[in-house]
Amino acid sequence: MKGLWFLGNRLAQALLTVLGVLVLSFLLVRLAPGDPALLMAGEAGSDDPHYIEQLRVQMGLDRPLASQLLTYVGKVIRLDLGYSYRNQSDVWILIAERLPATLLLLGSAFLLSSLIGVGLGILAALSARRRGWLDKLISTLATLLYAAPSFWLALLLIILFSLQLGWLPAFGMETVAASLSGWDRVVDLARHLLLPAFTLACLFLALYIQLTRSSLLEVFRQEFVRTAQAKGLAPRRILFAHVLRNGLLPVVTFAGLQLGQLASASLLVEVVFAWPGIGRLLYDALSHRDYPLLLGVFLVISVLVVLLNLLTDSLCQWLDPRIQAGGGQA
Amino acid sequence: MRKLLLALAALGSVGAALTGYAEPSPSRGGTLNLVAQPEPPAISHALVSHVSTQYVSGKILQSLLTFSTDLEAQPVLASRWDVSEDGKSYRFTLQPDVLWHDGKAFSAEDVVFTFGEFYPEIDARYASIRDDYFESISADGDAVVFQLKKPFAPLLSLLGSGLRPVVPRHLYEGSDLRNNPVNLKPVGTGPFVFDEWKRGAWIKLKRNPNYWKPDLPYLDGIVFHVIPDAASRAAAYERGDIHVLRGGDADYADVKRLAALDGSHLSDKGYELYAGQAFLQVNTRNPPLDNVLVRQAIQHALNRQFIVDHIFFGNGKVARGAFVSGTPYHDPQLPQYDFDLERARQLIRESGVDTSKVTLRLLNGERGGAWERLAEYTRQALQPLGLRVQVVTSDSATWYQRASNWDFDLTYNFNFQVGDPYLSTAYFYRSEYILKTSPFANIVGYRNPEADALWRQVADAGNETERRQLYSELEHLLNHDLPLIPIFEISFPTLYRDKVRNLLQTATSLNESYDSVYLEGGQ
Repeated sequence: MKGLWFLGNRLAQALLTVLGVLVLSFLLVRLAPGDPALLMAGEAGSDDPHYIEQLRVQMGLDRPLASQLLTYVGKVIRLDLGYSYRNQSDVWILIAERLPATLLLLGSAFLLSSLIGVGLGILAALSARRRGWLDKLISTLATLLYAAPSFWLALLLIILFSLQLGWLPAFGMETVAASLSGWDRVVDLARHLLLPAFTLACLFLALYIQLTRSSLLEVFRQEFVRTAQAKGLAPRRILFAHVLRNGLLPVVTFAGLQLGQLASASLLVEVVFAWPGIGRLLYDALSHRDYPLLLGVFLVISVLVVLLNLLTDSLCQWLDPRIQAGGGQA
Repeated sequence: MRKLLLALAALGSVGAALTGYAEPSPSRGGTLNLVAQPEPPAISHALVSHVSTQYVSGKILQSLLTFSTDLEAQPVLASRWDVSEDGKSYRFTLQPDVLWHDGKAFSAEDVVFTFGEFYPEIDARYASIRDDYFESISADGDAVVFQLKKPFAPLLSLLGSGLRPVVPRHLYEGSDLRNNPVNLKPVGTGPFVFDEWKRGAWIKLKRNPNYWKPDLPYLDGIVFHVIPDAASRAAAYERGDIHVLRGGDADYADVKRLAALDGSHLSDKGYELYAGQAFLQVNTRNPPLDNVLVRQAIQHALNRQFIVDHIFFGNGKVARGAFVSGTPYHDPQLPQYDFDLERARQLIRESGVDTSKVTLRLLNGERGGAWERLAEYTRQALQPLGLRVQVVTSDSATWYQRASNWDFDLTYNFNFQVGDPYLSTAYFYRSEYILKTSPFANIVGYRNPEADALWRQVADAGNETERRQLYSELEHLLNHDLPLIPIFEISFPTLYRDKVRNLLQTATSLNESYDSVYLEGGQ
């Protein structure tokens, strides 16, 4: 019952958050200078004032801001994200075309950074307890990765793996001209995915390593671990059954936050690797003041982040049942 | 003697064959990989004149004419044209057996619809020209006749600029032209058929098996890749994934390195009709820029050779006047504003302007590193005149709006002359185009009745000698008034792999149909 109340409470908070993001982003994009009707007419090579005014009316920009906001919120409630006049397409369709690419990239980067990061963090913590060299090596690696800007790292990886070694493609999501299918297509996709996913993963790898390491070292010092050791439990059982379950709690919380940050960090990686994801869609929409598309992308990203945070909360509660609604500990 | 010549010719042929100098016969097949940068907003350049749209759509839709590199009109969908002696009637005979991509026959009615109904609704500037000059456009069997009210010399440039392709009447007539679904899947007469557009990734075109030129095109297809980052585009070219990089696709600083790669070629040919020129737009409404001596002083204070050599890495040459040098309309005798700081200071003194009280806002758009460096250079270059320049950096949308609303003192921009200056350059100067609708109009507020009259006369003048004389007078006038300060003529270095053949053949090469382009070895 408590679990259901917790979930219901969090869902209500999530809905309010999304509504807040919706209204705030609507107002923010309108504050920015730039006129979508002028830009669209310009791209069409037209400076006809009648055409520009006609575009403004079509886009609803001739009405008061409050009226536009109410219309937009009403549409979103009916799951209508509007129409992108620049792309001559429903916003839903444009987002649906790009979302799978971004989810694939984010998911892969998340898995890579969390699995490798936690693994290296565990090794570093175990080594640190013995004052071993491996801890120093992993910590140095983590510092280097954390300091490397992602666009610079991306270009270095392209130069090394695409230009010098020729192992991996330099851009895109697939070899278009090859018209591959089946398993060949999966392999081709994986080859294209590797560099952007690794670049994005590197951004958070260092944080996972350091967080896991310090958290585990902290737990190793707890009394219950000493008790387990005194009872003669095998070190492996102590590590997996006691230390990791407690030590990974902050890591899971961080993972939830990281997913939100990954979404914004992916923009740069999508640009460098020409990955056709939602980050670039957002950038293009912003460049052309394509308001419906811009708001649609904001909305989808905020819903994703809120859902992932919900998932993280639930996972934390599963890992540590003492966590109650409201986020406190009993 | 004749035998000797024949023998020498035969020897030459053998030698050429042995040394590989003979042009190989074209190979069939293969996919040409290009870059569409930025991603086009639409695929049909009948509706959208965006530079990337023209690049893609030029392979699908075709115009009546094109221009050779020496700016002579060449046939495309019109096989020939005849002009009446009084210059008031143009008869275009169309190519036979041309089919639209959907299998319908192309006819004179398509051309009549395109220029009689389609463009007047889509393009206000074209509509204005039609109202001023066209009496009628009619079909006459396999020909189309443009009957004019008075001679209009730029007509061939208007039809052959590549910006006004013919559209299928049967798919557009009676529809909402701008929102017609065909715009996203254009149907043309060109050598390539639209296949698929995966937004953010690529646009695929495939070979038109029913192309009206026998046995063409050579290629199986063309893929335009969307690669937003210049360094990544350079890497893709270096790897050989991309066959061609247009001017601007690679950073100017990277061009020489890429050109030096094995099997890589660099050329600035193929842009002769476009003739791009960069200039500084000066808001003549705002003091002290309303003073012509101040504008002339600014021109003298800018070291344009330095700009070309060190900011744009040699990709261009110093502008010689309002009209691009090397085109028939530029007067080589035009007085020049050389870099001369002393003369610039003297002009400021003569103007009587107290520059210590002046701060100029240089509105700078988002066009990449070189243009940012140009803005910074301008700030420094005008300091010796006592002019403080505040660089107002903005993204492209903000620049577009502020420039369109005249909210600037100075701003850099560029234009393509597209053959006759009357069809493009004129809009930056003519007083009837003082509009708040586009940065590509007269946003500087320049009003000179004498110049307006000359613009009208160059359009109406019947013979070419008279037109050139009028253009010369006009250029001298604009060169004195300087509402736009010419900076440099932009060259567009095209990088291409040596396996790509027949790429640069006309004055609008990159936007051509590529029906004769082939990949050596067919892949």
